[in-house]
Amino acid sequence: MDRRTTIKWVLAASASAPFLKGLAFGREAFAAGAGAHVPAATGYGTDPKLLNTFKLGELWPLTFTPAQRRTATALSDLVIPADDTSPSASAVGVVDFLDEWISAPYKNQRRDRKILLDGFKWLDRESAKRFSEPFAALSATQQRTICDDICYVAKAAHRFARAAKFFARYRDLTAGGFYSTPAGRKDLQYVGNTPLKSFEGPPLEVLKKVGLA
Amino acid sequence: MPFITSAIAAKETYDVIVVGSGAGGGQTAYTLTMDGARILMLEAGRNYDPVSETPMFHTPELAPLRGEGTADKPFGFYDATIDGGWQVPGEPYVQTRTDDAGRFDWWRARMLGGRTNHWGRIALRNGPYDFKPYTRDGLGFDWPISYEDMAPYYDKVEMLVGVYGANEGLENTPNSPPGCLLPPPKPKVSDLLVAARAGKLGIPVIPGHRAVLTQQLDWKTSPAKLHPGNAAAQKIIAEDMQRRAACFWATPCGRGCSIRANYQSTTVHLPPALATGKLDIVTDAMVNEVTLGKDGRATGVGFVDKTTGKHQQVSARVVVLAASACESVRILLNSKSSLFPHGLANSSGKVGKYIMDTVGSSLDGQVPLLESLPPHNEDGASGLHMYIPWWLYQQAAKLGFARGYHVEFGGGKGMPDVGTAAGLEWLTGGSYGAKFKQDARRYYGSFVGFDGRGEMIPNEHSWCEIDPSVKDKWGIPVLRFHWQWSDHETRQAAHMQKTFAEIIEAMGGRVRGHVETDGAKAIAPGGSIIHEVGGAIMGADAKTSVTNKWCQTWDVKNLFLTDGAPFASNADKNPTLTIMANAWRVADRILERMRQKEL
Repeated sequence: MDRRTTIKWVLAASASAPFLKGLAFGREAFAAGAGAHVPAATGYGTDPKLLNTFKLGELWPLTFTPAQRRTATALSDLVIPADDTSPSASAVGVVDFLDEWISAPYKNQRRDRKILLDGFKWLDRESAKRFSEPFAALSATQQRTICDDICYVAKAAHRFARAAKFFARYRDLTAGGFYSTPAGRKDLQYVGNTPLKSFEGPPLEVLKKVGLA
Repeated sequence: MPFITSAIAAKETYDVIVVGSGAGGGQTAYTLTMDGARILMLEAGRNYDPVSETPMFHTPELAPLRGEGTADKPFGFYDATIDGGWQVPGEPYVQTRTDDAGRFDWWRARMLGGRTNHWGRIALRNGPYDFKPYTRDGLGFDWPISYEDMAPYYDKVEMLVGVYGANEGLENTPNSPPGCLLPPPKPKVSDLLVAARAGKLGIPVIPGHRAVLTQQLDWKTSPAKLHPGNAAAQKIIAEDMQRRAACFWATPCGRGCSIRANYQSTTVHLPPALATGKLDIVTDAMVNEVTLGKDGRATGVGFVDKTTGKHQQVSARVVVLAASACESVRILLNSKSSLFPHGLANSSGKVGKYIMDTVGSSLDGQVPLLESLPPHNEDGASGLHMYIPWWLYQQAAKLGFARGYHVEFGGGKGMPDVGTAAGLEWLTGGSYGAKFKQDARRYYGSFVGFDGRGEMIPNEHSWCEIDPSVKDKWGIPVLRFHWQWSDHETRQAAHMQKTFAEIIEAMGGRVRGHVETDGAKAIAPGGSIIHEVGGAIMGADAKTSVTNKWCQTWDVKNLFLTDGAPFASNADKNPTLTIMANAWRVADRILERMRQKEL
């Protein structure tokens, strides 16, 4: 991975200021020489109608087979299950988001397409080896025994190194798909994007907590 | 009928043709039309209306890929830029090197208003040192003007466009006279924490300056200061100022602002200029040359009408190029004649030389003190509320690099997006499931990002020329870029990294990723900060510069440049405010010379 790609990955993960995105995404170019397994498609162009909303699959053909969709649903909901605060990832359309993402004709998405589709194959092979069933057919406990081996790149056994990188990216994308929805914003208690008469800065209780009041 | 076709424009005569509609072109057209000159503006991109086209409150799930940047929309789907980026379809350019250290990436924004529609709105004045850098340290070039020459125009631009900020009286960080600045927004909690902890390291943190209306402009007092003795102009701008709303503390400035609360040429410069009835605009007009008369004066410009593919010519008494530094250079170099076989106004051989960008390097950190804070609205003015001005002017000799940088930083709970809960593994130990959801809540809003923005010294190895073979889709020869940083820039980038790490640690935080101490790796590639200036520098000597102090080309008396091209240096201060102030200054000169019948 070259430095630029590293910057992109690191900054893609940034939870801080939006101005960082200039470097994060500015250098992307269209993927060249796409292989036979990659569907031909063009992007939305340099002058899309920004006020439009787009139906799933309207901009470029989608990818997931029913089996891949089952795998994605199971894995997304392992990463983000329902809890007392918010629904599961698949319940808010994250699987559709992942399908749209890996089907897009842009360089980062082409890279993620390979990571995810290869990762799904690995998951099914590993599941068959351990439990004689595809990943989606396993019990949650069985699924977790596999995920526990690949959920932390720094501690993964050597033979799981590649699978761990897949899992890290999958978790990032699942989280990205989840927290960019109304349910995700509510979960994080984001309270902006609403007009205010004045901007009052942090309340006193916040300042106290940080030791600034 | 201000927006006209190229065929109609070709039949008219104008006082001044202005090529480009961004900060330089917008300000030039504004100043000239307010004083009654008849102007034709040519814009290479399409017409664009921020009031009707801006998706102000759209949330990520409404956009393809949740709004993430792509090759088509590099700063995200909802970014204001259309038909723009570091690569524009059909408009190639050539790089002699493609590695990170030797590459120049050229940003274009082919749309009315250009890059002012999406810019960061950071509006800092150059200080007195910034106009005389050669005198201070023997490097680069002095401007043929001083801070005192520019100061009245900074005052005017701040009053006209609306800039928030405060006067702190720090070295080479000028104060504005009373009545120029709007009040700065209240700091966010991350600002206050950075200020407290960086302060202990001796690093000043002060209110930032951005072109955002924190309150309505002073439409009762400012118009008379902007246009003394010109009642018609005062009336137009007073009315227009009242039509601009103050910021409502929501939605990203980079999308453009349909309530006109921030500066973009399309909402601030062009509406009053159009209201004078003196401005005609032709969009989709790709200018390829300045035409020259037998007397050695510019007669007008030639362009391709992108809607028909036809070449057109238009004429005027004066031609002003404000197409962006490198595009203006390209037009000059492509304007060849028997008088100027190496490009127009290029008897010095300096057209295309001394291209500069800003030194950039970034680092961010995770700060436990900012975890799990009570939810509150932190959208603010959608850009920096505070910043760090360069503070080590007196220690340049010890640092190993000659010029300074400022630091833009930000944190807080912004609109969650695809990146918000990504890359947390180093903090979470690989959690997934219910624990991951808890971790995402805990770490959301606990990051602070730092971006250094430093001065690049012009050098002989950073320049552009016309490529001998490559042409764009209209057959216009394209630029070929050469690029090289010096140790002054790479060492500065390494110093940025060290400083950011120290501040993050002083906040009790942890650096994300790696502190890059190799400056050549820490520095962002040329052009990526999008502060392209130089290429037709102004100077006191016709042998070593392209224009005189009025940004009037030495060789062609009725040809001026009002974008970043005449900049003789590129201070750490973001160039847009200086482009505007300088354009106003030059436009005043053009008006005066037209009155004297010299032009």
